[in-house]
This record gives sequence, structure tokens and C-alpha cells, in this order.
Amino acid sequence: MSQIAEKDKYSSLNKAVMNMLTRPSFGWWAIFIFDLIFLAFGIYCFIYQVYEGLGVAGYSHPVLWGVYITDFVFWVGIAHSGTLISAVLFLFRAKFRMSIYRIAEAMTVFAVATAGLFPIIHLGRPWNFYWLLPYPNQRGLWVNFDSPLLWDVFAVSTYATISSVFFFIGMIPDIAAIRDSVVGKTKKVLYSVLSLGWKGSNWEWSHYTRAYFYFACFATPLVISVHSVVSWDFAMANTPGWHTTIFPPYFVAGAIFSGLAMVITLCIPLRLIFKLEDYITMENFEGMSKMIILTSCIVFYAYLIEFFIAWYSGNKYEYDQFLYRANGDYAFFYWTMMFCNGIVPHALWFKKIRNNLVILFIISLLINVGMWFERFNIIVISLSKEFEPGSWGLYRPSWVELGITVGSFAWFFMFFLIFVRTLPALSIAEIKEILPVPKKNGGSDHE
Amino acid sequence: MNESRKILGIYSYVDLLIDSIKELRAKGFEDIRAFSPVPNHEIEDALDRGYEPSKVKYFTFCGALLGACVGAAFTILTSMDWPIVTSAKPIVSIPPYMIIIFECMILIGGLSTFLGLIINSRLRRNVNPIDYDERFSNDKFGLLVTCNNGDFEEVEHILRNFGSEELKVNGEILEEKIPESEPAVEKKPTESVVEEKPTEEKKEGDS
Repeated sequence: MSQIAEKDKYSSLNKAVMNMLTRPSFGWWAIFIFDLIFLAFGIYCFIYQVYEGLGVAGYSHPVLWGVYITDFVFWVGIAHSGTLISAVLFLFRAKFRMSIYRIAEAMTVFAVATAGLFPIIHLGRPWNFYWLLPYPNQRGLWVNFDSPLLWDVFAVSTYATISSVFFFIGMIPDIAAIRDSVVGKTKKVLYSVLSLGWKGSNWEWSHYTRAYFYFACFATPLVISVHSVVSWDFAMANTPGWHTTIFPPYFVAGAIFSGLAMVITLCIPLRLIFKLEDYITMENFEGMSKMIILTSCIVFYAYLIEFFIAWYSGNKYEYDQFLYRANGDYAFFYWTMMFCNGIVPHALWFKKIRNNLVILFIISLLINVGMWFERFNIIVISLSKEFEPGSWGLYRPSWVELGITVGSFAWFFMFFLIFVRTLPALSIAEIKEILPVPKKNGGSDHE
Repeated sequence: MNESRKILGIYSYVDLLIDSIKELRAKGFEDIRAFSPVPNHEIEDALDRGYEPSKVKYFTFCGALLGACVGAAFTILTSMDWPIVTSAKPIVSIPPYMIIIFECMILIGGLSTFLGLIINSRLRRNVNPIDYDERFSNDKFGLLVTCNNGDFEEVEHILRNFGSEELKVNGEILEEKIPESEPAVEKKPTESVVEEKPTEEKKEGDS
């Protein structure tokens, strides 16, 4: 008989996942209701804005893209690292992804669902949002395919669809595992339908592994394209501070950077609450921390090189724009961003800090704050001081905008809270691939 | 006489399962289906002969090609349908359309891969729920052998001798007939085999 430790047994893993799906505790309900209160406030703010008009948002003349577009870019960015962990690291065969990828992928789907709301909230007449879509109409008009905003519609909706399907495909074998051990007729039927009749036979596995591989191959360029397209929303305009060619790589790196921080923010409490120490190990956090260091360096480099380009280009508007960012009206936002994204992550070079979950959690929160400010800086500061001194102006977010932003976090966490109680938050089948294979003769070995 | 029967063996260990597959195939039983909670290359290798590689790739390729064509046709034709010059750009300006073409390629390619997965692994050759055990998604492995009636005893014997802990036929546990022969017998059934060429039965039992 092999000497497989209790925690490495296949059945222990199934049990750990089933334990997450038991009847929610009082604590869960308390958090959920707390979350819904914030969501209700966000919905109230939106209804108020629809009723009163976009004037209640803090938009004032030169700055007509504000917190909503910041939120949009922020949430799309959060989504990206989920795909990075599930698809890109899958292609690179990075083992540390296995126990966290389901959480990251869920985060992707929910973050895109949140991001997709903001372009609509940002509209003056949100009920006409479908004008963005190309559909035959009696005027015979079609959309303008030369516009970056339309590229965005295609990129983000493709991303939402593909990442949802990818998320679902990854879960099929695990939903089947839940179907096989769940009690209660309704649940059984529900999980049976969702599992699509999965049985785990060699036929199914062979098609499944191929399909999963192709999906990863699709998702990898997709994730790069989506945030590049988002960056072109800005880079295609000739506004100083926006019109640069470094935007796509800068945005993609920033997106992965912020998303990794969000994965850490989600994983640490989840691991603690559900006692998942056996599966979400320090190795996972090590891997993510190292990737944070890498992406932080890319982002920090971009911050610095922007200044160099502004100076070297000899373009006065560009140069003044960057000086204004660093010591103008919004300097606080700028330096907060620099501190949170450029300085703080370098603490992770030290193993002691990487292995201290409390500090890691705080760092991840700071990065989230820093990345939100980054988008705010790019969008708002550039708009507030464009070419004509006569049209310069300041923008101050209104309580409605902040309320909707808080509501968007509540919206995201609402999905996440439901997810951890209803669907397998750990990938049962994939973690089993790194657990020892049960063998009678010749002991057990890792695949 | 030509009737085929299915027998399901349940295992705790992969190596025993693989030995059983090898033995069954050596005896000419090719209609074997393995169940495991995790994809396992050794099982794949033991079974590989006679199984063509996954067809999902054709779905992926055709879907991606179709998506790219749809993207190209859509952008070009709608622009020509109402030719209006924007930003002094040509009516049909390919560089920005590449983005739409790319996104459509990924979208339709991805969805057809999903379709390919469903069609290939589920709708065709689906397993009857009776020939399945709920522990296969947890920590057990399984082997579903379809054989003709005459070979049933032999298959049962092989499965038992090679470490199957439990046998099921039509969802019912198959009790062992000779209880004392469990650990002692060592690959004895070989001589009792009548080489019956199960190939033609395999085809009908398969569907």
C-alpha cells in the first residue's frame, strides 16, 4: 500500500470542496447582506442618475470621462489576470496555478460582468446602449468600424463570452463530482444538468483535454488584444498623455498586475475561512508574488519612460502634461499611484514578506488602490489640461459616481460570495493531477 | 448467443487498472472504456491502439476560419452598404477591421470548440448511467468492458484477478461465485479462452 498522506488523497480533496458547499453559515449571510446593502446604494445612485440626468455625475466641461471610465478600465484590468492564470500559465505548465485558477477565473467572469456595466452607466441615455451593436435598422445605418469605442464593444463582449465558456468548460468534471456526492433531489438535478452528463471516461477526457488546450490557445492572444483595445480608446486620440505607442503593453502589464493583487485579496480570506491550507499553499502565493514583482517593474518602467518620452519628443503639450501630473492639482493621486504600484511591491523581493499573509494582503490592497488611481490619472488629468488654456478645468467625482463605484464592488463580491457556496472553487480534477496517483505496486508517484 | 453484455470493474489503483487493460487487450477484448477522476496518460497509452485522436481540432479550425470570414465580410459589406467617409479614411479600411476580424475569429472559434467538445464527448457514445459509478469522480477508477455473452465469465475472471474490488452488471453488484479463489489464482484463466474474435459483436454493442 502506498503511503499517501491524508491530505493528498483524492477523496480528501472532494471532501474539502464539498465542505465549501454546505449550508451557508450565519457569518456568510451577514457578509452577504452587508454586501447587498452597498449594492442597493449603488443601484439607488444609478436610478437617481437616470432620473436626474448625467449632470449629477461630476462631469464638467473639459473632463467628460471620469470615474465611470476609470472603473471600466479598472474592472477589465482585474479580469485579465484570471485569464493569465487559467490560460497563459496553463500553456506554460506552471503548477502553482492549479489550486488558484478556478478562483482567478471566476474573478475574471465577474469582473467582466462588472466592467461591462460602466460604459452603459456612462451613457446619457443608457436605455439606448444597443445602438453600439451592429444590427439592421430601418435607417440602413451601420456602426463605424473605424472607431476604437466599437472595437471595445467587440473585444469586451468576445472576452466576456469566451471567458465564461472557458470557466464553464473547466468546471464540467468538477460539477460532475459534486453531482455524484451531493444530497437532495433539486441539487442533484441542477448539478446533473450543469455537468452535461460528464462521466470521466477516457473518451471524454481525451476530447476534453484537447478542447481545453485550444481554448487556452484562444484565450491567450485574446487577453492581450482586449486590454490593447482598451488602451487604444485613449491612445487613438491626440490628447497629451494619451497619444503614445507604449499604451498597449503598459496597459496589459498593468492589468495583470492589478488582477494578481485581486486574486491574492480574494484567496487569503477564502483560504482562512474554508481552511484550504492543504491546497492553496504558500507556493501559490510565492508564484503570484513573483509575478507581481515582474509586472510591477514593467508598470514602473512605463511610468518613468513616459516622462522620458514626453521630454525627448520635444512636444510642449506632452511635457507640460506630465509635469502637471507630478506637481499639479492631482499630484496626490499621482504620488499615491507611484508609491502603491512602483515602491510597495518591491517589498516582495523579501521571502519573509512574501510568506507573511497579513502583509501580503495589505500589499495587495494597496496595489488595487494604486491601480485604480493609475487609471484615474491617465483619464482625468489628461483631459483636465489639454491644449487650450482657456478650456482647462478641474473634475471632482460626485457622491453619485462614488456610490456607483462602491456599488460595483458590491456587485462583484455578490457574485463571488454566491460562487464559493454553489460551485467548486477549487479545481478538483486539476489538483488531482498534481496529487500522487494511487498505485498499489511501485508506490505512488506524481504525474 | 450473439448478445453482448457489459461489465463494470471498479478499482482503487491506477496500476491495477492498467494491468487489467493490457490483459484484456491481449485476450482480444477491445471494447473497453476506462473511467478516472483525472486525465491519466498511462490509461490513454494502454488504450490507445484503435482509437483515433480527438476530432475537436477540426471544429476549432473550421470555427476560427469561419469567424475570420464572418468578421471580414461583416465589416467590409456593411461599410460598402452605406459608404460614408469618416476621418478622411478609405471606405474600406482594412487595418482597423483586423481587430474586428480577430475578435470574431476567437469568438466563433471558441464557441465551435465548445460545440466540438459536446458533440464528440457527450452526444455520441454516451455512457448509460447504469454503467457508471458515482465514485469515479471521487477516488475510484473504472473499466467498462463490453463482451459477448460467451466471454462474460472470462472477462469477469480477468477483472477480479487483476485487482478489481467490485464488479457491477446493469448497476447491480456482481457477487463472487467462488469466494476462496480470490488472491491465490494467478492468471489462470488463459487456458480456458476460446478465441472467439469479438470484433463483430463489438460494433453493435458499441453504439
